[in-house]
Amino acid sequence: MAGIKGTELAVFTALFLLVTGLGFFASRWRRPESLDSLDEWGLGGRSFGGWITWFLIGGDLYTAYTFVAVPALIFGAGAVGFFAVPYTIVVYPIVFVVLARLWSVSHRHGFVTPADFVRARSGSPTLALLVALTGIIATMPYIALQLVGIEAVLKTMGVTGHLPIIVAFSILAAYTYNSGLRAPALIAFVKDALIYVVVIAAVVVIPAKLGGFGDIFAAAEAKFKATPNPNDGILLGGPAQLQYATLALGSALALFLYPHSLTGVFAAKSRNTIKRNMAALPAYSFVLGLLALLGYMAIASGVKPLVGANGEPDSNTVVPLLFDQQFPNWFAGVAFAAIAIGALVPAAIMSIAAANLWTRNIYKEYLNPDATPKQEARSSKLASLVVKFGALLAILALDPQFSIDLQLIGGVLILQTLPAVAVALYTRWLHSKAVIAGWVAGMTVGVWALYQIPRKMFGDGGVVTVTKEHFGGSAFPLSKLGFDTTTTIYAGILAVAVNLVVCVLGTLVLRGRVTDGVDTTEAEDYTAEAGDPGVSNVEVVH
Amino acid sequence: MSLPDESKGPAPRRKDRSRWNWLLVLPLLVTLYPPLYNRTDPQFAGIPFFYWYQLAVISVGVLCTYLVYRRTKG
Repeated sequence: MAGIKGTELAVFTALFLLVTGLGFFASRWRRPESLDSLDEWGLGGRSFGGWITWFLIGGDLYTAYTFVAVPALIFGAGAVGFFAVPYTIVVYPIVFVVLARLWSVSHRHGFVTPADFVRARSGSPTLALLVALTGIIATMPYIALQLVGIEAVLKTMGVTGHLPIIVAFSILAAYTYNSGLRAPALIAFVKDALIYVVVIAAVVVIPAKLGGFGDIFAAAEAKFKATPNPNDGILLGGPAQLQYATLALGSALALFLYPHSLTGVFAAKSRNTIKRNMAALPAYSFVLGLLALLGYMAIASGVKPLVGANGEPDSNTVVPLLFDQQFPNWFAGVAFAAIAIGALVPAAIMSIAAANLWTRNIYKEYLNPDATPKQEARSSKLASLVVKFGALLAILALDPQFSIDLQLIGGVLILQTLPAVAVALYTRWLHSKAVIAGWVAGMTVGVWALYQIPRKMFGDGGVVTVTKEHFGGSAFPLSKLGFDTTTTIYAGILAVAVNLVVCVLGTLVLRGRVTDGVDTTEAEDYTAEAGDPGVSNVEVVH
Repeated sequence: MSLPDESKGPAPRRKDRSRWNWLLVLPLLVTLYPPLYNRTDPQFAGIPFFYWYQLAVISVGVLCTYLVYRRTKG
């Protein structure tokens, strides 16, 4: 393997070994009497305070894939890629009250997964199963994509072949199995410290080297002007504005429906911790916004993406290449480690969340109803291994594009659990069977709409070639519905709108005619705080 | 499905409705309407309005959420 960058690889490996040590040590951190229950293994004892929760949720939401893919999108298309900023601005005000209610009811009833809540609230095992399956299906490709982030970094360092990534993921699997949620919670501190250092260095050093932001944006504008694509540019094209806003809103609504985001919420020690975190988490949005601008810096610095396995340029390599070009070797090593460790934290949390869904909502519900807490923990530990190796296999054996497509679809799918989870936190008015019908309708419309979207390449002289027939993006042209316009809308928003309409109409039809499931939660459960009667407080031995 | 430990009695009744919650709508309004900021000028340190406006709006989100948190605490 020629062209390996020694210094970068040495720094990278050293930091990777450091977090590996932390991962195994985590089982002793805030040590419980035993890790043999989901409250301990899967939720870290439900005892995380403000700081840990901030690092954990932040480490979970802002993944390596985000760090690599958002600047890559900006690099390729410009302003539309900046949607990540409004997305992470609106998400916290939207979920502020919702998540506080979810925390309370979950601690009153000992829920470990969103599907646990749906089971108790709707009284419908079918609906709970659908929510659990949606969660697992949406999370799997997300885990696989974290590997894409690590691969982009390894490729830039000249490391090729599958072995390094298999080793990295096996280590991750081992300490997650061993320490549960405590491992990513502890590693998240290192991850975020590294990310902040790298991003601050990048936005101070790189623009100065490239002649300031004025020159950077001028270079980007020149690039987009030269391409025949009407949809790129440093501002949004007219028809893209609705897509921009609906993608930001839809992604925000979807974010906390993902089981892994909720794992961090369930693990917090109090309702107040959650609310305070909603005000503190946007610090990450700022970092993400700055990171996004790295895409333009890559343009100005003349970065040419490496060619991927499929023979096309892999734009996910632009940020690693930019670091490689602009930073001294040792610091590029730190930056690469930041991205790779940024992949480990969410991959661990996602696999724990998917494993908990399996254990609580399939294994215990259907296979072994009398499972003891110890059996539940063992089931989740094994499932977390299966999930991670499944993701590894998906990246190694299939085209990574498959995972990217699935992740795109996953966002639309998870959004269809909005009525069952988020709406249900407020009102039980919707009939559970109507919610099931809405889920079916939303899924159908969502997948249908994504199927209709091709990816186009704009060649010289205005020649448009379709490079991908289906699942080529999430911008659904309204003209397909018969509107005379070039405006596009995020497919997920369209699907969830249909979903909600079916829920309401279905409820009007079914209410009073068809028996509904029995709600076993009480109004007071939704505002309970730590220390209230019945709210599980797990003692922590420091 | 697990039920709360009723031997310890029900949770006290609280309410999480508050007029302060309406403040949470503000960050949404100024973010989700792109015509509001989809332009180049005025620039800030060479950064087009589109970008620095949205970065600045993050602080509006923080401020509103923090205020509502303080006002509805406990």
